[in-house]
Amino acid sequence: MRPSNLNILMIKIENLAKSFGAKRAVDGISFTVERGEVVGFLGPNGSGKSTTMRMITGYYPPTAGSVRVGGYDVVESPLEAKRLIGYLPENAAAYPDMSVRGFLGFAAELRGLSGAAKRKAVARAVERCFLESVLHQSIDTLSKGYRHRTCLAQALIHEPEVLILDEPTDGLDPNQKHEVRNLIKELGRTKAVVFSTHILEEVDAACTRAIIIDRGRIVAQGTPDELGRPLDEVFRRLTVPDTAVPDTVKQ
Amino acid sequence: MRNVLIIAKRELASYFTSPVAYVFLVIFLLLTGFFTFTAGQFFERGEASLGAFFGWHPWLYLVLVPAAGMRLWAEERRAGTLELLMTMPITPWQAIFGKFLASWVFLGIALALTFPVVVTANVLGTPDNGIIFAGYLGSLFLAGAYLAITCLTSAMTRNQVVAFILSVVACLFLILAGFNPVTDLMVRWASPAFIDTVAAFSVVTHFDGFQKGVIDSRDLAYFLSVIGFSLFATSIVLRNR
Ligand SMILES: Nc1ncnc2c1ncn2[C@@H]1O[C@H](COP(=O)(O)OP(=O)(O)O)[C@@H](O)[C@H]1O
Ligand SMILES: [Mg+2]
Repeated sequence: MRPSNLNILMIKIENLAKSFGAKRAVDGISFTVERGEVVGFLGPNGSGKSTTMRMITGYYPPTAGSVRVGGYDVVESPLEAKRLIGYLPENAAAYPDMSVRGFLGFAAELRGLSGAAKRKAVARAVERCFLESVLHQSIDTLSKGYRHRTCLAQALIHEPEVLILDEPTDGLDPNQKHEVRNLIKELGRTKAVVFSTHILEEVDAACTRAIIIDRGRIVAQGTPDELGRPLDEVFRRLTVPDTAVPDTVKQ
Repeated sequence: MRNVLIIAKRELASYFTSPVAYVFLVIFLLLTGFFTFTAGQFFERGEASLGAFFGWHPWLYLVLVPAAGMRLWAEERRAGTLELLMTMPITPWQAIFGKFLASWVFLGIALALTFPVVVTANVLGTPDNGIIFAGYLGSLFLAGAYLAITCLTSAMTRNQVVAFILSVVACLFLILAGFNPVTDLMVRWASPAFIDTVAAFSVVTHFDGFQKGVIDSRDLAYFLSVIGFSLFATSIVLRNR
C-alpha cells in the first residue's frame, strides 16, 4: 500500500529555501497540509508563492530543506510524488496548437490512463470544468477563462490526492471566480489543496487555513478568524508592498 | 517506453497541425531538387548514381534541420508548458528522447519524399541500389546528429531564432573540421596527425563512407555518439532551470 493511504498528512515541508543567485526567493518555510484541508497561500507579488509551489511539484530543485508529498521526498522519489499531485501552473500554460480534448487526452495518457479509463477521465474533467462547448476548439483560440479551466481540468484528470493551484482565479470574471472557488472548496473535502492568491476575499470564500508569506518567509498562519479582522488590514500590517527590491538593498 | 511514445506522438502531431510542416517539406524538396539537378549537375554527370544528391546533404541540412528542430524546447519554455511537462510523472529523459524521436521521424518523412530521385536514376540507368540505401541511411544519421545538436541549443533559450543560429554555427563547425578546402589550408601549419584528429570530429568524414556504400560501424558509432552526447547535454541544461 502506498504510504499516502496510511496517513492523512499529505504535504510536509521543512525549512524549504530557494536562492536565485544572491536572491533568496524562499527563505526557510515549514508547514504541513492534511487531507481535507484547503490552504490559501497569500502574499504580495514576488513574495515567493510560485517558487514554493514549483518546489512542491518538483519543477525547481530546492536550495535547502525538503518537501514530502504523500510520504515521498520530491527530490528522491520524484515520480511517486508527482503521481499524487495535480498542478495548475501560474498563467495556466497549455499547448496552444492542441484542441482542448487532445490536450486533456495527452495529460491523461501521461498519467497512465488509456482506452476507456482515459475517455472517462477526460469526460469527467470536461464536465467538472464546464468545457463541453470548447471541446474541439484549439487552445490558442480560447478566452483566458476557458484556457484557465482547461489547464485546471488537466490538473484534475487523474483524481490527484494533492492539488497545487497557482493563482487559479487569476484573470477570470466574477462568475468564473465564484465557480472556481466553489470547485476548490468541494475538492478540498477529499484532497489536500494548496492555492495561491493575492485576493483576500478568496481566503474567506474557500480556505480552511491561510498562510501569509512575505519576502520568502511565513509571517502568519491560521484560520481566517484566527488571523484577525479585517483581513486586508492584517495583510497590510504583515507584508511590505514591494518585494521586488533586492535583498541587499533592503538590509 | 510508453511515455516516450506518448510524447513523440504529440510532438509529431503538432508538426502537422501547423502549416509549418508543409512549408518545410516543400522547401526541403525544392532545395534538394535544385541542388541535385541544377547545382549538382545530376544529368550532366552521365552516371547513374546519387552522388550529386547526397553530396549536398551536409550543407542542405545545415539550415533545414535547425529550422525543423529549433522550436522543440524553446517553444516549451516560451509557452510555459515546460513546467507542465516536467511536473508530470515522467523522467526528463523520456521527454527529451520522445521529442527528439518525433522530429527525427519528421525529417525521415521529408527524406523519404525524395524517392522520385531514386526512381529517376533507376529509369535512366542501372544504379547500385545498395549504395543508394547506404546513402539514405547515412543521410538519416546525419540529420539525427544535427537534430540532437539543435535539441541542445533549443533547450538553452526560449527564443527560437537564437536556438536556430546557435545550432547552425555548431553544425557548421562539424562540417568544416573535415571539409577539404579547410583541411587543405591547415596542411601548411598542422601535422597530418592533427588534421586527421580534427577531421575525425567532422560529419563530412563520417558521411563519406555511407555515400560510397560502406556502412562502417565506426561511422555509425560516431553519429550515435554525437546524438547521445547532445541529448545528454540537453538533459543537463534542462535540469538547471
Ligand atoms: N527563475 C527565476 N530566476 C530568478 N529569479 C526568480 C526566478 N523565479 C522567481 N524569481 C524571483 O523570486 C521572487 C519570488 O518570485 P515568485 O515565487 O514568482 O513570487 P510570487 O509567485 O509570490 O509572485 C521574485 O523576486 C522573483 O523575481
Ligand atoms: Mg506567482
